[in-house]
Amino acid sequence: MAELRTEEMILNMGPQHPSTHGVLRLVLTLNGEIVEEVKPVLGYLHRCFEKHAEAMTYPQVIPYTDRMDYLNAMSNELAYVLAVEKLLGIEVPERVEYIRVIMAELQRIASHLVAIGTYGNDSGAMTPFLYCFMDREKVLELFEIVCGARMLYNYIWVGGLSHDITPEFITKTKELVKYLRPRMKMINNLLSYNKIFIERTAKIGILPPEVAINAGVSGPTLRGSGVKYDLRKSDPYSIYNKFDFDICVGTGERGVVGDCWNRYIVRAYEIEQSLRIIEQAIDSIPEGDVQSAVPKRVKPVAGESYVRTESPKGELGYYIISDGSLNPYRVKARSPSFCNISVINQISRGHMIADVVMILGSFDIVLGCIDR
Amino acid sequence: MGILNKLDNSVEQFESGNIIITSMDKLLNWSRLSSMWQMFFGLACCAIEMMATSASHYDLDRFGIIPRPSPRHVDIILISGTVTLKMATRIKRLYDEMPAPKYILSMGSCANCGGPYWEHGYHVLKGIDRIIPVDVYVPGCPPRPEALLEGLIKLQERIRNQSLAKHIA
Amino acid sequence: MEINEIYNKLKSVFGEGIGELKTDLPVRPFFFADASKIDAVALFLRDEESMQFDNLSCLSGVDYDKDNLAVVYHLCSYALGHQLVVKCLVPKSDPKIKSVSDVWAAAEWHEREAFDLVGMIFEGNPDLRRILLPEDWEGHPLRKDYKVPEFYNGMKIPY
Repeated sequence: MAELRTEEMILNMGPQHPSTHGVLRLVLTLNGEIVEEVKPVLGYLHRCFEKHAEAMTYPQVIPYTDRMDYLNAMSNELAYVLAVEKLLGIEVPERVEYIRVIMAELQRIASHLVAIGTYGNDSGAMTPFLYCFMDREKVLELFEIVCGARMLYNYIWVGGLSHDITPEFITKTKELVKYLRPRMKMINNLLSYNKIFIERTAKIGILPPEVAINAGVSGPTLRGSGVKYDLRKSDPYSIYNKFDFDICVGTGERGVVGDCWNRYIVRAYEIEQSLRIIEQAIDSIPEGDVQSAVPKRVKPVAGESYVRTESPKGELGYYIISDGSLNPYRVKARSPSFCNISVINQISRGHMIADVVMILGSFDIVLGCIDR
Repeated sequence: MGILNKLDNSVEQFESGNIIITSMDKLLNWSRLSSMWQMFFGLACCAIEMMATSASHYDLDRFGIIPRPSPRHVDIILISGTVTLKMATRIKRLYDEMPAPKYILSMGSCANCGGPYWEHGYHVLKGIDRIIPVDVYVPGCPPRPEALLEGLIKLQERIRNQSLAKHIA
Repeated sequence: MEINEIYNKLKSVFGEGIGELKTDLPVRPFFFADASKIDAVALFLRDEESMQFDNLSCLSGVDYDKDNLAVVYHLCSYALGHQLVVKCLVPKSDPKIKSVSDVWAAAEWHEREAFDLVGMIFEGNPDLRRILLPEDWEGHPLRKDYKVPEFYNGMKIPY
């Protein structure tokens, strides 16, 4: 048989592609169906967040942080507000801290539900997507009760909150916790331990822990590689040290540690941990005024602060430089997805094209967060 | 019979029941507006609301709106989110690849006019209508699913009142 | 390790390459390092037994003052749990700085972003291209004196 002529092929995936989770573009170099190189091209959603932040006053920046990672707006607000509060040196009432934690955890559940649902969709399972979005609606309903918005809230203010919670919110949250546990069990049976799904994701895209740490990978993606690191426990902010919860890591229960399945399952397990935190917090919210510490004018002294928090995607940091005026001099957002996606080339080499879709989905990226 | 309800006053039905008479325009428009296939394509925050609208709670399928991945298959494109300059040329190209008749629904403030990025957004296109024509604008940041549904119903109305015959001639 | 110990150790190894420790500004103390030696400093910080800064948490480009740009490194150690802030000043007239992408892989994209938006040149970065803006974009938007262009590819930019 004559020698088979094989040439490298360049395949363009995105920016309009149903499984790139937004407007990401991947340039794949292929040898047949085997991927030799993946070059991500970013910037299709670069909305100039950092330039806007320089032109706005400190509280005016909060709505823009919402729009950065639009799947977990609460966590973005929280991280930014914590950084400004650190710069101002103000303490917020305990009630505010409790409500913030509850909101951040509810948001984590909503974000993880989207991650699970769309990941199922990527692998060809439509039903989990529909179920997850149904449950996510229930979480969004709670946000609507407290602040009127479904997705982008501007709820967490510097020094406080825009609205106090209502008794209705508390009862509905308790109902949600009760409702979600069996639902998660069902979704796990439906998707996580489904044989076809495991075949698609196990032993695909293995990310060794030392590579992950060196490349700045964080969040569930890092924990999927077996690294027990969660900023809520390792470098606690707000009042996370008061609550009892576990750090979920990939254990190689199916597949091997660090593969797509283990990255995915960390998110499914984290929902349970978030429910635990909410349960503990919702019963012990102290009385108080949520706006008593809100400053009339946010004007920090010259200086800088860097705060990192554990967002559902990973380590979300805000670096704020103040020059003593009403506007920040520079705001840099360290977005988790930006760092997570940077390892995709290393771990997809040698896999099939279809596996690249699974690897990408297992990072749970949000393009608003990558491009800012 | 669904078709008779939809075509209502312009339908004449014969006694045997298997023959109906209506105008070509009405029939074509009815079939077009009840199977508007949309492009499987999201840009930013609004795309999440678009996904939420097409998922179980709001269920776009009941309007015959089904996402299709290829621009060759679609009738409408939802511009769901901020259009950056880098993306704008790609959207123009996707629009050009769609077969006529095609419709654009601009979803959310960013696609309408730049939204919160209108002033300092050096890399944001201030309104999708600067590069492609828009049929329906849906305001909001992001619009609620109900608002998006309202926009799609408005688009259906627009299609219902069109005349293809005139268009061809 | 406390910031003072880290600082003294670095000072004893690199001497003039390390500037004075600034503790008067909120919130966290920092020091300046020489832009031409930052790769060696970074390698030392990562590999030294008592420091082990195995993770580059954040790298930011800043338009610092009238004549200088700055690169700010936020480091943290997963192994030992401490954090550090290092800054490098880069003159605007000749914005060159050594890349640390060999030390931390995370730096590669962060440096590309800093190059794209603020415009310093990282010597030794394997792939120093624009990352967020289109490749034919002109200027660096996060400079304080940046003027938004009227048109890009025939599309009007201002509202």
